Amino acid sequence: MNTQSTISARGLNLTFQTNDGPVHALKDVDLDIMKGDFVSFIGPSGCGKTTFLRCVAALETPTSGTISVNGIAPDEARRNRAYGYVFQAAGLYPWRTIGGNIRLPLEIMGFSRSEQTERVERVLELVDLEGFDGKYPWQLSGGMQQRASIARALAFDADILLMDEPFGALDEIVRDHLNEQLLKLWARTEKTIGFVTHSIPEAVYLSTRIVVMSPRPGRITDVIESPLPKERPLDLRESPEFLEVAHRVREGLRAGHSYD
Amino acid sequence: MTRTLLPVLTMLGALVVLWYLAVAPMNIRVALDQAERAGADVVPEGSVARRDVSVWRLMAQNGEHIRAGYDLNRPRLPTPAQVGQELWKTTGEMAMKGRAWSKRSLIYHGWITLKSTLWGFLLGTTLGIIGAVAIVYSRVADMSLMPWAIISQTIPIVALAPMIIVLSSQIGVEERGLPKAIISAYLCYFPVLVGMVKGLRAPEVSQLDLLRTYDASGVQSFLKLRLPASVPYLFTSLKVGIAAALVGTIVGELPTGAISGLGARILIGDQFGTPLAIWSALFAAAILAGLLVTLLDLAQRIALRRMGATP
Repeated sequence: MNTQSTISARGLNLTFQTNDGPVHALKDVDLDIMKGDFVSFIGPSGCGKTTFLRCVAALETPTSGTISVNGIAPDEARRNRAYGYVFQAAGLYPWRTIGGNIRLPLEIMGFSRSEQTERVERVLELVDLEGFDGKYPWQLSGGMQQRASIARALAFDADILLMDEPFGALDEIVRDHLNEQLLKLWARTEKTIGFVTHSIPEAVYLSTRIVVMSPRPGRITDVIESPLPKERPLDLRESPEFLEVAHRVREGLRAGHSYD
Repeated sequence: MTRTLLPVLTMLGALVVLWYLAVAPMNIRVALDQAERAGADVVPEGSVARRDVSVWRLMAQNGEHIRAGYDLNRPRLPTPAQVGQELWKTTGEMAMKGRAWSKRSLIYHGWITLKSTLWGFLLGTTLGIIGAVAIVYSRVADMSLMPWAIISQTIPIVALAPMIIVLSSQIGVEERGLPKAIISAYLCYFPVLVGMVKGLRAPEVSQLDLLRTYDASGVQSFLKLRLPASVPYLFTSLKVGIAAALVGTIVGELPTGAISGLGARILIGDQFGTPLAIWSALFAAAILAGLLVTLLDLAQRIALRRMGATP
């Protein structure tokens, strides 16, 4: 049963020292993400949603508080290949083919040649890019590139997928399509997903839980459990339940927004 | 290809025309001296008297002797055709007679220069790349090495070259190839260093972060990300570097009695008052540089195509 928390943060604080004085990126963040959850982080720029994800990935070190991933420290979890990370920019290496890009983490982690080939084939199928392994990134559209970068994050079978505004730079039509695909992928692979976004519909459509954050200092203002069913066709977004959740997210964002 | 060919040829044609036009004023005094000696009427008489008259007036007053300036044995400024003939005489013609390795052949001297250039290029490129890696990976090297690298390029190489030659003979290096290669490397390492620093720093933060999420080692991120990302920058620097290496070698051949190499030919041509020899050695050097840069350009195209560059 999904009672064990995969990611757990307690009293997490992170302060950056800048030339304009300290910036409180995260303040007293408490959060538990359960196994198999799809958790979205939403909020305006500077609310610490990306910073939180980076703390989970051990790309940032918190100033105080504790955070654990699979019950251990984030950097240790990283060594255990606990997560795959998808950045906003697909960041595929232009000198490697799509297959070569997906092979990159596998080479670094020391998988055998035959296993690399087999895994590349499997994850390409997972993101609907069969037959593209010999193509170079410039031969693919932006949406396809981002799918390839998701495949790259899936290749080494991490249980957690951390996605930092992966579809932020894509147009809405492509975005809808990728959201739908991502849900199918999530259903098939049963990963735990942490997803940073700016878009309310995207957050509501994808998530089992929505974490609403606000800036200065970056903190959590609301955590919303989604009542939506696991099976989600695109037209679910016109249903009253969907609009109600979206409304609550919007309220949460407004409440946390203090302009001074 | 044809798109770039036309502008290049137009430019070349304009230069040749300009050159031919320049020959007349440049050679008029020599031409008049020669004509006077042969008994022709020249205004004013006597080369001493002509010294104070501008070339334009001399040309206006002695129109019939301008032509002679295009056919002198020792012209101040040879015509392109004369340079071409001299170049052919000292390369192709000698090679056909089986005397390519004669001391009078520019093929021989070009080879001497090329050898030093390649050694200097190898040395300079290696130093440049090692320096760039040090600068990118060490803050100390970045702060200590980079200013010195920049200062090193402000010292005129003509001042430094004789010192390097004298010093290397002091420590018992009699072979001239080594000091020449050092001078050549001195000029060539800098563009490689600067280009490689830029290239190795080309990857974005997110690309480096991505490798951190794989828990990649420093060596892995160097080999898999920084090095391949720097390849386009490397080739651009190499092209600048090899031209600089050639200049360095020629400068190294100028001082203190070198007898072989294109630089020595230029110096000897100057000392013996044979501008034709200077010009043909100069063109030999230019052709050599052109060939070397073209070769590197070709290597770049092949390498980048293999790395999946947009055609």
